[in-house]
Amino acid sequence: MAEQLIPADGKVLVDGEELTREEALERRAKRRAEAARNSPTVVVENLHVHYRVYGGSGATRGAATGALNRMIHRRKHDALRDVHAIKGISFVARRGESIGLIGSNGSGKSTLLRAIAGLLPAEKVGGVYTDGQPSLLGVNAALMNDLSGERNVVLGCLAMGLHPNEVKEKYQSIIEFSGIDEKSPNTSLRPMKTYSSGQAARLRFSIAAVKLHDVLLIDEALATGDAGFQRRSEERIRDLRRNAGTVFVVSHSLSSVRDICDRAIWLEAGLIRMDGDVDEVTAAYEAWSNG
Amino acid sequence: MSGTQTVAAGPQQQGAQPSEPVSLPAADPEYQELGGSGMAAKYGLAIAGARPNPVAYARRLWVARHFIVAWATARNQALYSGSRLGQLWQVLTPILNVAVYYLIFGILLGTRQGIPDFIVYLVAGVFIFNFMQTAMLYGSRAISDNLNLIRALYFPRASLPIAITIIQLQQLMIAMVILFAVALAQGEPVTWHWLLIVPALSLQFVFNTGLALVVARFGAILTDTSQLLPFVLRTWMYASGVFYSIKIMVGKHRIPGAVTWVLDHNPPLLFIQVIRGQLIKVPATGDPKTATGYANAMFLPPHAWLWLVIWALVVGIGGYLYFWQGEETYGRG
Repeated sequence: MAEQLIPADGKVLVDGEELTREEALERRAKRRAEAARNSPTVVVENLHVHYRVYGGSGATRGAATGALNRMIHRRKHDALRDVHAIKGISFVARRGESIGLIGSNGSGKSTLLRAIAGLLPAEKVGGVYTDGQPSLLGVNAALMNDLSGERNVVLGCLAMGLHPNEVKEKYQSIIEFSGIDEKSPNTSLRPMKTYSSGQAARLRFSIAAVKLHDVLLIDEALATGDAGFQRRSEERIRDLRRNAGTVFVVSHSLSSVRDICDRAIWLEAGLIRMDGDVDEVTAAYEAWSNG
Repeated sequence: MSGTQTVAAGPQQQGAQPSEPVSLPAADPEYQELGGSGMAAKYGLAIAGARPNPVAYARRLWVARHFIVAWATARNQALYSGSRLGQLWQVLTPILNVAVYYLIFGILLGTRQGIPDFIVYLVAGVFIFNFMQTAMLYGSRAISDNLNLIRALYFPRASLPIAITIIQLQQLMIAMVILFAVALAQGEPVTWHWLLIVPALSLQFVFNTGLALVVARFGAILTDTSQLLPFVLRTWMYASGVFYSIKIMVGKHRIPGAVTWVLDHNPPLLFIQVIRGQLIKVPATGDPKTATGYANAMFLPPHAWLWLVIWALVVGIGGYLYFWQGEETYGRG
């Protein structure tokens, strides 16, 4: 199956080195064999996750009379919907592993990352056990659009638990890495609501990637920005992976999952459908989604 | 693949198109032997997002203090950034509030009778009550308005209602400058009593933080809280003698002693009356009717300061523990 993924004759670029397909596969197999003997960083045991969604009903939300009406009639199903996003999954991740999470939209990939990060609670039956506090690197991390990019850098770093002195130290490198001041200087002083979606995403990624993590969870952060920024951010992720114990990547881009990950987990409707070598799983997923 | 931890494909995994998704057991040999909790115990792994004990939680909040203050300041600045007059609204809003209430209660309804220095009396009442009111209103939306942030980053969730109360404290500081200016313009003497406003407001800050924490959890459980709260707060406002003296109002009616006790020890009224007492100098009067009116307007129950401390501690600590109990659930929405 892997033939179509890495051309048999051509060379592939892995971690900045040119390797033949055999060499690349051999290295991956070796890395995975080594990782299998390492200590676990994330253990997921029969995990179920629910979350709630409001709205979608005709009830006049916002008006006080509507609220009173709902309280009296208690039509729970109208206003409140419970989503059973993860329906009992188990796996173990060890140090040195890089795992891609793939699956259709709404299959539970992002929810799984949030549960590993401890941001969404697991139901009573099973659970997620982690080594330290995993860190979620998402492009959707909420920043304040009314404030300048510069203020958002400071706020974002403080939210991640950096000390104000560290923020001062790293501030310049964050702005430089994001590259938002390259084309038009002083972009970092303008409110973030004036940024293009690419600029905002780049700044968010640069803030989130400033810290080294034991367990790093990356949610769709690879698809942001132009080609130059993508190359820089993939390098940054490799850096983080080498230092971090374990990296999880959620992405719809199968090629970036193959570039970065050794192992893949395929989720569908809140359940694991396949878990194993990245080439095998992505190929099976491709065959399934095209068929 | 080779001897790495590839999942043994069950019957459903053999074809390229499995009919139904199934939950695979973890293929890890150690997991199959020990189970998830067994492995967690062996390697010292912790439950993701587990809530620490209240003391450790307080320590985490202390670590997050830089974030809390920066977030509060940023929110406060962002609040008026969309309007032309910008930060000026921080001053205009309390002044306009007072103007409206002065027109309605002072002039049209005539509640100023029997009250010494009605303008200072009214301004103090409006600002002090507003501090509690806004802390609760914004506090009730602390979780639902910031769900994106909560689902993106780990930080102690109590940071949000606490930061919201700090924002209201920052706004109150501006309002207090206006209050002092009004008191000076009204010819109130500057005495060392003014200094007592600092401990009174500190206690009120603790009290309001506790309330903000309570309504934040209410709001996270039932989002309709923020729709219902204005009615509760309006009722509470009329019972707290913001625009008039409760004692003068109820003086005309016979009411049971227990109700009188509750009205006298109503926390916002106590905070308001204590602060009014520091600012307003009751003029000497020969008329016994006016003197009774003044005494009623400035009435404080015995041990008023002790009650302020009790309210601050009970509501502050109670609110903290109540919010802490729900710590793991706030991401669920």
